[in-house]
Amino acid sequence: MSSIEVGGKSYETDEEGYLLNLSEWNAEVADYIAKTENIDMTDQHWEVVNFLREYFEEYQIAPAVRVLTKSIGKKLGAEKGNSEYLYGLFPYGPGKQACKIAGLPKPTGCV
Amino acid sequence: MLHIVNKSPLTSNTLDSCLSTATGGDILLIEDGVYAVTRGNAVEAKLRAAMGQFRVHVLMPDLEARGLGDRLVEGVLPVDYAGFVELAASNKTCQSWL
Amino acid sequence: MSEVKKFMFVNRKAPYGTIYALESLEVVLITAAFDQDVSLMFLDDGVYQLKKGQQTKGIETKNFSPAYRALEDYDVEKLYVEKESMQARGLTEEDLLVSVTVLSRAEMGALMDEQDVVLSY
Repeated sequence: MSSIEVGGKSYETDEEGYLLNLSEWNAEVADYIAKTENIDMTDQHWEVVNFLREYFEEYQIAPAVRVLTKSIGKKLGAEKGNSEYLYGLFPYGPGKQACKIAGLPKPTGCV
Repeated sequence: MLHIVNKSPLTSNTLDSCLSTATGGDILLIEDGVYAVTRGNAVEAKLRAAMGQFRVHVLMPDLEARGLGDRLVEGVLPVDYAGFVELAASNKTCQSWL
Repeated sequence: MSEVKKFMFVNRKAPYGTIYALESLEVVLITAAFDQDVSLMFLDDGVYQLKKGQQTKGIETKNFSPAYRALEDYDVEKLYVEKESMQARGLTEEDLLVSVTVLSRAEMGALMDEQDVVLSY
């Protein structure tokens, strides 16, 4: 078991740094995880992270990249629902990195 | 004596086996066994007949997990985990029909 | 992906009592991510997987039923439920989480014969 230390509180993670307890997530933890991924959180990043949290809340799964891209396109418009935009924000994969920052499990089928 | 059934009555013969062997007392349905006490299922009549001979209990958290908390056949006695322990403790012996 | 194959998942187990239903769902989501032709068949106790209103707090188990509603996002739109299985359990289409096609046993069998890959759960 691994853990991260944020604001004097300890959070358990798996060996890849994904939060184990979804309900412990907060903006401060998100910022911390983003830094470990070399990402400076902007409003655009938050928009994707919040979208993922809402998606998980409704369906109890972290969507695959293809599904995330399509669903973002539907909700936020075609200029955001494409790979260039999302990989621009999360270079190592919007599924992997954005889910990690959002405190969600790694998407099913994501290696 | 307490008899516990944890398999779906439409997939396994454990409920039949229990009902044809047991002579009376308490039956507790848990896990997939809880489908036996839902209104409109194919073993409802058999279950109602058994209720004349046995006290039939169901573990409510298992019924609610399966989305059927509102379909309990009337006369079946709902229990929570504390009630489960109570049943196990108050009966001298217990057979689990695995 | 060079060739699209027809995958059918045959679901015959109730949720939670065994791990089959959850395992099947996870493999469905993985398979769908590879752009295959996926269909899901629910028969026998498998129809219970789609029952509305599942509340799993009391058994401290993850309620995975909302994920069936996300299948549409994964372009998995072929969901088949066997008629008599549903009737024997006192269920109707209104009891189900998602919209499905209701088929007879014979129609289910014919559909199975058309597949390239059949996965059994």
